[in-house]
Amino acid sequence: MADAAKMQISDEVAIQITGMNKWYGQFHVLRDINMTVQRGERIVICGPSGSGKSTLIRCINRLEEHQQGQIIVDGTELTNDLKNIDKVRSEVGMVFQHFNLFPHLTILENCTLAPIWVRKVPKKEAEETAMHFLTKVKIPEQAHKYPGQLSGGQQQRVAIARSLCMKPRIMLFDEPTSALDPEMIKEVLDTMIELAEEGMTMLCVTHEMGFAQAVANRVIFMDQGQIVEQNEPKEFFNNPKSERTKLFLSQILGH
Amino acid sequence: MSETHAQTVLFVRDTMLPPVDPPIAERGAVKWMRENLFSTPLNIALTLLGVLIVWWLVSASLPWWLNSVWNASSLSQCREIVAATAGEGASGACWAMIRERWHQFIFGFYPASEWWRPVLAFGLLFAALAPVLFAGQKRNQSLILLAVLAYLLVTLYLAGAPGTAFLLSLLLVAGLLVGAQLAPGKLLWFTLAFPALCFWLLWGGSVWSPIVAMAGFGVLYAVFRVGTPFIGLVPAAGAGVVAAVLWWLYLDKPVVDALQAALPFGIQSVRSDLFGGFLLAIVIGVTGIAFSLPIGILLALGRQSDMLIVKTLSVGFIEFIRGVPLITLLFTASLLLQYFLPPGTNFDIILRVIILVTFFAAAYLAEVIRGGLAALPRGQYEAADALGLDYWQAQRLVILPQALKISIPSIVSTFIGLFKDTTLVAFVGLMDPLKGVTQIVRADINWKGIYWEPYIFVGTIFFLICFGMSRYSMYLERKLKTDHR
Repeated sequence: MADAAKMQISDEVAIQITGMNKWYGQFHVLRDINMTVQRGERIVICGPSGSGKSTLIRCINRLEEHQQGQIIVDGTELTNDLKNIDKVRSEVGMVFQHFNLFPHLTILENCTLAPIWVRKVPKKEAEETAMHFLTKVKIPEQAHKYPGQLSGGQQQRVAIARSLCMKPRIMLFDEPTSALDPEMIKEVLDTMIELAEEGMTMLCVTHEMGFAQAVANRVIFMDQGQIVEQNEPKEFFNNPKSERTKLFLSQILGH
Repeated sequence: MSETHAQTVLFVRDTMLPPVDPPIAERGAVKWMRENLFSTPLNIALTLLGVLIVWWLVSASLPWWLNSVWNASSLSQCREIVAATAGEGASGACWAMIRERWHQFIFGFYPASEWWRPVLAFGLLFAALAPVLFAGQKRNQSLILLAVLAYLLVTLYLAGAPGTAFLLSLLLVAGLLVGAQLAPGKLLWFTLAFPALCFWLLWGGSVWSPIVAMAGFGVLYAVFRVGTPFIGLVPAAGAGVVAAVLWWLYLDKPVVDALQAALPFGIQSVRSDLFGGFLLAIVIGVTGIAFSLPIGILLALGRQSDMLIVKTLSVGFIEFIRGVPLITLLFTASLLLQYFLPPGTNFDIILRVIILVTFFAAAYLAEVIRGGLAALPRGQYEAADALGLDYWQAQRLVILPQALKISIPSIVSTFIGLFKDTTLVAFVGLMDPLKGVTQIVRADINWKGIYWEPYIFVGTIFFLICFGMSRYSMYLERKLKTDHR
């Protein structure tokens, strides 16, 4: 599988970040970030809490603004230009830790909202697409319920389907399983693994090291707002180079 | 020993026990009273005290209600009738005053021959509200329209409406009823046109003045649509507002005169100072409610805006209007506003009062809605952004539906407050039902000294309307409840 996965990675650059810095007031939260993501890559970002990993992927669709450096997503540079931001956002799907489904809309309406209003897809077509992706995440029968009636794992799968309905070229996952009960984590991870196998470009902030070993082709370890180490998963877990990485791995794999 | 032991341990039931009612003290009314009224010595004392107070209130006021007089021509005649029937010294309500003067409480000094116009406008108000209050519910909309049809059939006949108006209005409502079956969504167009229709029905005059005034909104929209691609959303909206204001200030009158000269059509015009009673309260209240909500929403969004000027203006407006008593604003409306307007514009006093009452309610609503916006988790904004929705789409589709739902109780409270505050227009010389009309009635030598009856009558009507609003808001909350069903 690893070989097959490798073949899907193309030379085309999906995300290019150069010399990026970000501050929250006085606090230097991201320091000189440089990274390139090829189309079809599946990257897992891990690190202790407060290391800036969530902030990093939130900068990629401009939920957070960076103050220095350059972020180019799919050939579009993120600046203050609202048109560019909306263009990038409609091409980049995002899945949040707390799902963030719209509680006043049904599952189906959650999935069709953005295609109808942003992509101007006719309602009927949008609903067909939504049902396709809801079937894919294995909950088509819940389409007419409201988010509050679903379990956490189901809600997170709806959130993934909602993002996919925009036919994004890149998917960002911000700790998608951290708010879930243990037995629901698997159903969400299975959905993500399936997505990875189809060649979706994915950036995933997660502590699920099993997931990282199974699907990632690169693991990035961050601490204090910097990229400390990045490597192929096998090398990263078996043969970490920096002391900080060794300490982190011993702590999260220790129990 | 062993025998008794065997008896206590070995037990076989040969007959099953049938269920028995609980003891008398543990069921029904006795149990309820024991638990709720007489559970502790303190509660027993409080219960007895409560019963005494209720008894005292009822025994003091019941004869007054029972001795009510409905047919009399003056207060002294009322008293004679009470004395004759219930004995000397008995007290009795004199509802004969309401019977004789009800029209002043409802219409003020609106000419009797034209009463059918406010009556018709009131009926059509519900026809216009139905698509808003019961959006997408064919059955409820049809029920309301049917009720309006029945109401108009009776009241227009009683008010002696001219035949053409009678027929036309019934045809209009019947048409809306058919429309509700075919395309309920399209009825909103009637709602949009209603303010102009209502204005024309109430004030009369040339049919062209409301049409040309509404065209001002057309100008606003046209400038907005044409301008948006060139100068962006917000500046285009601003330019639209400026164009519309210029239209109303300078073009409105000549256009109306020209059209009226070419195609004269109108009904008898009624001056604002003849309006009074509930006609006045409802005109001010409904207009204020209808316009304060959108203004309040815009102010709340403005207050949260990143744009410094928009934010400062919103905060300044809200804090200034909220920080000043409504009566001050009403005096401003009646006295000062004239100085600020271009010379020669004669701005109707009711219109001026409506504008300031609307601003007053909008400032309160802005804060109420801001509370609703603040209650939404940040994740909702982020999810809407991450899906690529732009600011207005995110607000309209994701944020406001939830924020407004949270704020429904407070919004309706503000509306109820606004409606009751319409009685304050008495202070600028308008005939509100509570003070204005009551004073006029009591100035009549026949009804001098009547005290409780007008206030009870007016209070009851206010209560019914406000209670209706409150029930509707509870219905709406239940209907919109989508979490954890």
